[in-house]
Amino acid sequence: MKIDPEPDPAPALRLRNISKTFGGVKALQSVDFEVRAGEVHCLAGENGSGKSTLIKIVTGVQAPDPAAEFELFGERVNTISPTKARSLGIAVIWQDLALFPYMTVAENIAFDDMVGVTPRLYFGGRYRPRVKELLDRLNLPLNLDSLLVDLPIAQRQIVAIARALMGNARLVFMDEPTASLTHSETNALLKIVRALSVQGIAVVFVSHRLAEVIDISERVTVLRDGRLVGVFATEGMTQFRLGELMTGEQLKNVVHAEDFSNSEPVLEVEGLTRHGEFESVSLIIRRGEVLGLTGLIGAGRSELAHALIGMRTPDAGELILEGTPIRFNSIRDAIARGVAYVSEDRLSLGLIQPQSIADNTVISVLDRILGGLGLISPARQSRLVSHWIEKLAVKIGAPDDAVSTLSGGNQQRLVLAKWLATEPRLLILDSPTVGVDVGARAGIFRIVRQLADEGLAILLISDEVTEVLYNADRVLHMAHGKIVGEYDPRITNATELEAQIYA
Amino acid sequence: MPNVFQKHSVEMRLSLVLLLIVVGLSIKTDTFMTLGNITSLLNNNAVNLIWAVGLLVVLVAGGIDISFAVAASVVQYLSAQVFVGLGGGNWVVGFIVAAGFGVGLGLINALLIHGFQVISIVITIATFNAFFGLLMFFTKGRNIYNLPDWWTDRIFIFERQATDGTWSELNLSVAVMIACVLATWALIRLTTLGRQLYAFGDNPEGARRAGVNIWQMQIVAFCWCGMMAGIGGLMQVNIAQEVVPNALYGRELDVLAAVVLGGARLGGGRGTVVGCILGVMFVAITQNGLNLLGISPFAFQMIIGATILFAISSSNLKFGRSGKARLKESAT
Amino acid sequence: MSLRDRTNAAIGAETLPLLTFLCVVFLVFSLVTPLFLTGANFGSMAFQMPVLGLLTLAMLGPILSGGLNLAIIYQANISGLALAWVLIEFGGSEAGIGAFLLGSALAVLTGAASGALMGAVVAYFGAHPILVSLAMMIFLRGLGEFLTRGSDISGFPDYMNVLGHGSFVSIPVPMIIFILAAILWHIMLKRSRHGFSVYMIGSNIEAAEYSGLHTKRTLVTIYAISGMICAIAGIVMAARFNSVRVGHGEALLLVTVLACFLGGIDPFGGFGSVFPVAIALIILQALSSGLNLIGANQHLSTAVWGLFLIAVMVLRWVGMRWRNKQLGGT
Repeated sequence: MKIDPEPDPAPALRLRNISKTFGGVKALQSVDFEVRAGEVHCLAGENGSGKSTLIKIVTGVQAPDPAAEFELFGERVNTISPTKARSLGIAVIWQDLALFPYMTVAENIAFDDMVGVTPRLYFGGRYRPRVKELLDRLNLPLNLDSLLVDLPIAQRQIVAIARALMGNARLVFMDEPTASLTHSETNALLKIVRALSVQGIAVVFVSHRLAEVIDISERVTVLRDGRLVGVFATEGMTQFRLGELMTGEQLKNVVHAEDFSNSEPVLEVEGLTRHGEFESVSLIIRRGEVLGLTGLIGAGRSELAHALIGMRTPDAGELILEGTPIRFNSIRDAIARGVAYVSEDRLSLGLIQPQSIADNTVISVLDRILGGLGLISPARQSRLVSHWIEKLAVKIGAPDDAVSTLSGGNQQRLVLAKWLATEPRLLILDSPTVGVDVGARAGIFRIVRQLADEGLAILLISDEVTEVLYNADRVLHMAHGKIVGEYDPRITNATELEAQIYA
Repeated sequence: MPNVFQKHSVEMRLSLVLLLIVVGLSIKTDTFMTLGNITSLLNNNAVNLIWAVGLLVVLVAGGIDISFAVAASVVQYLSAQVFVGLGGGNWVVGFIVAAGFGVGLGLINALLIHGFQVISIVITIATFNAFFGLLMFFTKGRNIYNLPDWWTDRIFIFERQATDGTWSELNLSVAVMIACVLATWALIRLTTLGRQLYAFGDNPEGARRAGVNIWQMQIVAFCWCGMMAGIGGLMQVNIAQEVVPNALYGRELDVLAAVVLGGARLGGGRGTVVGCILGVMFVAITQNGLNLLGISPFAFQMIIGATILFAISSSNLKFGRSGKARLKESAT
Repeated sequence: MSLRDRTNAAIGAETLPLLTFLCVVFLVFSLVTPLFLTGANFGSMAFQMPVLGLLTLAMLGPILSGGLNLAIIYQANISGLALAWVLIEFGGSEAGIGAFLLGSALAVLTGAASGALMGAVVAYFGAHPILVSLAMMIFLRGLGEFLTRGSDISGFPDYMNVLGHGSFVSIPVPMIIFILAAILWHIMLKRSRHGFSVYMIGSNIEAAEYSGLHTKRTLVTIYAISGMICAIAGIVMAARFNSVRVGHGEALLLVTVLACFLGGIDPFGGFGSVFPVAIALIILQALSSGLNLIGANQHLSTAVWGLFLIAVMVLRWVGMRWRNKQLGGT
């Protein structure tokens, strides 16, 4: 791994001394950033490192503090706005894609031509040939007249890329583009990125997936706490090293697996089937055990979890909870019987962002905080909230603060607290560290292991092989709706398991 | 399904239902499918349709305007003062004055909404009360009968005498309606501004990031609605032959129901002029049909309300959405 | 937590500013006219406000749940009709108290039913509450006109006068009813499981569902309760005007929304409480009564209400900007 020593004399983009202050907080401090023509460059950093702010500044959505220097393709630029950025050849694909759901593919792709011009007549016919030509040139098969809302996310991403390229972009920013893609969709996307690079278009890729970062890019710029850590060549870099650079901490990965075959089963699943989603799934989760479930996106893991908590009814098979066969009709059923599900979408499904921490904590256990006349007792609520906040070490300001004031890691702890308050027997965690900084993940998993030690049965679903290997007692591999392998983390290592999964 | 059907499924289904109703009525009664009836339908609903296309633009942009009917009354009153002051005037002057006042009232809404970052339903409810209260206060509720002749004289763009001597005619308001409908259609379908309006209603944050001028969007949407309100008000005087300050009160909700029935989404980003026409005509033809069928006039509203309720429920069933469309979506 | 934060948590962040406005309004009017600070005036205010107040409570619940109920006036009217019908069946002005109780029960049932229907369409069909309540409004208006042929229904027994115009311990009976309703509403919203659900659903219905709340049941219930309060309003209206006419009070629809927004209810749902709204109602009533006393007519009040809402929104915006500056923000 080398620190890149030679600055390119004619880079596509050169930023010097970029700072940005928001109300007393320095989001960026004197950051330099440089991208070469035709390169695939990664921007890496935790949440709060400043990478989103940097992108917003480059694309004109935010203005930097004075004394910033901005050079694009060798020319000095003083101020920049979204339309100006576009005309200079900068395009950005935001994580939420910023597309228009009820407009067609063609209308979305051609949209930026509608903005920043004097109002004039627009004939759809005039843009269609250009859009078609672009898609053909890039070999992207899309139906021009489909409504965006009807497309799966991978295709929407392609629409976003096509839209960026309509403006003859020479520098494209992609913010976490692979977050919701399956393995094959990710590969398809990375192929497109490489094709762009070959055409001389520079691509700046923001991703938290360390493996991808190292795989796709030539150089990586690492930001931490608003400051530049350094620019590194990715050849020869390891995920560990990159993680260390991003967090400033040494990460250790230790196998924690133990044998629980003598522990009594909490949940037994026999031959569970739901057509089109999963088939003949059988597994046992025992008291105190963490069972890992991994596989590619689309393998049916979340669908299986949904069936376990009553969100979907299985077509065949049996569920036995602590010895009793059961059938859940609703999520409420499952909660009442002691099964809790922490969904992977923490932001919009796990917590109600504008509401208070206190209310979010008790939302699933209202029956336990009742006082006189069957009304909610504020005292009981307060006690329950303090208990769980303390137990899970959630860093909060005040219980009445909105949940949105918490950091990603603390929000995830709060979600755990909320579900633990229901006193479950079985806790299902679906991708619990998505959107949580590398540094905060260790804390979450410490809690998970502690819960297991206290006797909770845990099903840990995750895309990241390392997460399950280092935190579970056994790991199941699910593919195409079936359980296809069981692994012991003490025997199998990450590389071997990944080979099985990506085979 | 071909994509044009997918994109406009509400309009498709509504036109189908409307067709069925029309066919049914033509068979059931011999008075529906007559020139006299059709022209009368058009005459009676021209003003509603003018307002509907104005409201459509606001809905497409993701907002809502409750104040336009009252604004129309204000425009009527103010215009009357101007015409009397000018000592007469003519239709050209009339349109300029009415459109001007309408744009002005719409501008007030846009300024308050954008300038103070308050969502449109709150502001337009406030301006609704303010406009109506001030209007009634200054007019003391009195009608204005003394209006210039050019304004109240009937002008027909089409007339035909039937064999039994009765006349069928289309009056000027229908011509104005056609012009307004075409102009709105051109605005939202044929201009870059219209594309931006749809985008802004569809995804305001995405529009902002793409560099759409939010302020411009608000002005266009609310001023267009105001202009249509004013022009509609102008024509309504021609029909009613007097200015009645509280005559239009309450019409806004009926127009809103018709526009939404026609496929405009309260959250923004969807809606077509064709849908508007279908929505307004659906309500009008249903009412007309009930009348011709001899059903008690007191039952009209009941049946229409039930129909709309039914239409809303079934249209949502089709889409199978489990998420809730809420007030949140109609924010601007 | 600071004293300010604690007060805000207890009675709502909008309360202190609104109380200030209230004092200002009272002050201004008492300076302008000697008739304002009189028992007669307060009595009159206390008689007029409750109908608007009850209807506002009926509007409040649905807004908190993320929707809107445009049908409240006609729900009130139809419920009043139900009462009137029972009374007339039992002899009209000769009808006994039993008939009144039966009629009131029927009225409340009617309100609950129309509300529950709306809530069910919103909950189970995912339809937009504005549209559903709009359709219901049109339907009920039509139904009422159909049943009454557009005329007034009158001829009520004398004891209803007590309800409409009587006082108890010198507090007008309608006001007592409103205060009771407001207190119950407040308790329900802030301390019951149902109320808790309403707030959560108003903010994010899917997350609420995922967390195990009965979202559909909550929606149906809140609209049903809203309907019941409309029914009470309808009964009080019948008592005050000694007649029931479809369309009575239709001018109040948007005023109730205005009162809610004035009282700090979040138009998106999820936030707000009864107490600030009650103060907002008093302010609106004071404005109206005060203007009346100085000879201006009701229409000027309407205009002033609208302008007042705008002024409050502007001030809130100014306050927010000032607070942001304090934090050193953009």
